[in-house]
Amino acid sequence: MRLLPFVASAIVTISLVTVLNIQLPVGGSKTPKLGYFLSPQQGFWKNAEKVNADFDAHIFTNQLKGKVDVYMDDRLVPHIYAEHDEDAYFVQGYLHAQFRLWQMDFQTRVAAGRLSEIAGADKLSIDKFFRRLGMVYGAEQTERMINETNPVMKATVDAYTAGVNAYLNQLSPEDLPFEYKLMNYQPEAWTAKKTYLFLMFMSYDLTGRSASADLQLTNTRDYLGYDLFDKLYTNQQDSLDPIIPKGTEFAEASLHPTVPMNADFAYLHKKDSTAVIANASDAPEAPNKNNGSNNWAVSGAKTKSGRPILCSDPHLGLNLPSLWYEVQITTPTHSTYGASFPGSPAVIIGFNDSLAWGVTNAGRDVLDYYELKFKDSTQNEYWYNGAWKATTKRTEIIKVKDSADVIEEIPMTHWGPAMYDAHYQNPQSKGRNLAVKWTAHEASTGVETFYQLNRAKNTEDYLKAIALWKCPGQNFVMATKTGDIAIKQQGNFVARWDRQGDFIMPGEDTSYAWQGMIPFEENPFIKNPERGFVSSANQKSVEATYPYYLGTAASFPLYRGISVNKQLAAMSNITAEDMQALQTNNYNVFAAMARPALMKFVQMESLSAAAKTMVNKMNQWDLYNHPDAEGMTIFKLIWDSVENAVWEDELSGSPIPLTTPESYVLVEQMLKDSNFSVADNIHTKNKVETLKDQVLVGIEKATLRLTALEKENKLSWAAFKATRVMHLTKTNALSRLNLPIGGGENIINATTENHGPSWRMVVHLTDEIEAYGLYPGGQSGNPGSIYYDTFIDTWAAGKYYRLLFLPKEKLKANEHTKWHIQFSKA
Amino acid sequence: MKNNTFKIPVSILLSSMACFAIGLYGALPWWSFMVTNFIVAIAIPQKPWVAFLTGALGVGAIWAGLATGMDMANNHLLSSKVATILPLNGSYVLLIVITGLVGFLLGGMSSLTASYLRKA
Repeated sequence: MRLLPFVASAIVTISLVTVLNIQLPVGGSKTPKLGYFLSPQQGFWKNAEKVNADFDAHIFTNQLKGKVDVYMDDRLVPHIYAEHDEDAYFVQGYLHAQFRLWQMDFQTRVAAGRLSEIAGADKLSIDKFFRRLGMVYGAEQTERMINETNPVMKATVDAYTAGVNAYLNQLSPEDLPFEYKLMNYQPEAWTAKKTYLFLMFMSYDLTGRSASADLQLTNTRDYLGYDLFDKLYTNQQDSLDPIIPKGTEFAEASLHPTVPMNADFAYLHKKDSTAVIANASDAPEAPNKNNGSNNWAVSGAKTKSGRPILCSDPHLGLNLPSLWYEVQITTPTHSTYGASFPGSPAVIIGFNDSLAWGVTNAGRDVLDYYELKFKDSTQNEYWYNGAWKATTKRTEIIKVKDSADVIEEIPMTHWGPAMYDAHYQNPQSKGRNLAVKWTAHEASTGVETFYQLNRAKNTEDYLKAIALWKCPGQNFVMATKTGDIAIKQQGNFVARWDRQGDFIMPGEDTSYAWQGMIPFEENPFIKNPERGFVSSANQKSVEATYPYYLGTAASFPLYRGISVNKQLAAMSNITAEDMQALQTNNYNVFAAMARPALMKFVQMESLSAAAKTMVNKMNQWDLYNHPDAEGMTIFKLIWDSVENAVWEDELSGSPIPLTTPESYVLVEQMLKDSNFSVADNIHTKNKVETLKDQVLVGIEKATLRLTALEKENKLSWAAFKATRVMHLTKTNALSRLNLPIGGGENIINATTENHGPSWRMVVHLTDEIEAYGLYPGGQSGNPGSIYYDTFIDTWAAGKYYRLLFLPKEKLKANEHTKWHIQFSKA
Repeated sequence: MKNNTFKIPVSILLSSMACFAIGLYGALPWWSFMVTNFIVAIAIPQKPWVAFLTGALGVGAIWAGLATGMDMANNHLLSSKVATILPLNGSYVLLIVITGLVGFLLGGMSSLTASYLRKA
């Protein structure tokens, strides 16, 4: 009898397969299903794309109206030539899916609060946050409106959706993108709602900082009292160089927002006594403060050719796969080229054969909190205008991998969703019941803005297109072949009174409600100005004579704008190469102002020998954030350390983290007032510290760190900053680390540690458009493809690619064209 | 088949070919080759340890071979990344060895079990 060995062998075999067929927990994360993952016919090996892969294909589908030819160039950029507009978007969807499927799916899952579904209960706090903020709610509003009132956009998004799904339907299980195999889940069908969710996510990324900032500012005000708060978080920016040049007269305001009668004690000077609560949920990291951008256009009067040049470089998180995907779309109605979002049809930042456009973030405050008083624990009614008003309940079901569903019942009020209530709190919400009102909750035709910009022929078309834009507010720059340049700040902006919405507002009656939205005509706009250029770099768009409040000054970085305007004003005979040099310029205008201000307070004779050496090195630095600049590292550490010495005693006593004042506050204080009272350390009773004392402390502290860095050979700016482009799962092996690149915060080349110029574009509007551009990534989202990170080194070196924007026959014959994908009716 | 020296290469070859063929069907479970190995070992009865070795070599060779081929065509681009995630110190050679070893073990165990069944 061999029964015993048979049973034993069978048990061992089955156990082995079982172990290799599950995700094993290892140090906080989980392995892939190892047997499946290693299988050369199904696992990750299948994603090891041949380095000389052939992308030629002929695809038959019954979903097309006509024929589509796609030519791929040697950078894997598709040039789509379609006989019908909808076919072009079908193919754009198909190609986005072919090269970026996992990313599209993942990003929309984040937006929809569905990470727990694939990653488990660890991600529950992020999912709850997005659900309660109303991300899905907002996407649903847009979807309903477009389906009911906008047949052209519906057809566009539907064609795009069909394209994504056509790719998905032919995808064999073994060809699933790498990340699905790594994380062990399956893609699902694309829907129009996912496109709107993706656009919601962009609204969050660009305006959602208020969701955490408003709470922090409220808590900071409570802690410091309004008078000190207003000093440290002042909205005064003396060195502001706004988007609309100073002295420009604004049209008569049609709205006159009035400050509520009781604002002084019920709002500004209000002190909340709400307690810190125990079972708080973690909030996800707030959108990056430096989410911003540069854009500008120079008129023909300033260029060598006599034609305008337009530049745009959005500064966003640096990720792999990149947020951007380059594409050319040519149909009988239009021809356009630029960066598109995998997840959305059309080109987002680019040009067509008549004009070019670009965007930067407006930074305006469009998200507010209103404090609610519920009648009882059912949260079925809340107090409003002297009566109980009924809530409706919105049910959000969060599926959790390997665990039971979590259900959120969100009370909906006329303000918006009650984001924080008895069932959901974070450390900053401090037990309050808060409804969130956000312009992104309103149905929006944002997709149509890009659809129309892709087809715009002139300034009027551009204005019509951007008039549809609601959220996130943007500075739309434009230049035409016929010589117009213009910039307009556009979005659905609240007509605010001074400081309205900086803090949580009382929600028990109408007095703190939004009193109106600013009409399109009153949004800042300038066309063909005398100075020969228009520009924006996220600074305040207008000076204080503008009739409406923009939001807290911390939302408007001050220095890049000064740099851009100063340089553009001095330039003439400009070429496309000059514009590339400006986009990658490393001059540190902040240090140029802050260093001499700081030096006024440095007593060299009191410094240690090591500190003296560091300060001398800092003073010899040429003020450029070049990769090898050691002076910049020294300046940064000293400045941060001095700031810390000045503010720490005021802020560190708070039980919850408070916002730190912006750097301009200290610089401007140093420049005008040497007896800055906040400098005194409140913890020392018998001594009044002056700024000089704090500067001394700051420099000595920084010197300790700097000496250590010098020993490790990490004093050069690039080594210290260690810029990286991270894979969306934050896996180092799939990322690019320690890139040799300069720049930084306040620099036109705004590259920080993991954030920076995400699509650099320069468009010279000559008869045959001369355009350059690139993004830090590659056209393929597959970590196993040579096209995964192709552009990163070129980007880090500050170089550009010439963009091929050609009619079909010329492109077909171009030396850079390598592959042909045909789409035909089945 | 009575000639043992002939039986060994034939079962190795059969295991390999069946493993490759069934692996072409991506919708089937990744371990489907264990079923084909099982059938091969039933069809060609051998001593248990010989069955183990032939099944192990059949699958191990095809797994390691396919992985090596794909890896070379890819200039080790993906394998180097995966060998950092897993973590194998970035060694694609080690990753191929482990891939082969997993195939070897599973293939062998499947054939071993079958050989015992045959004699059970």
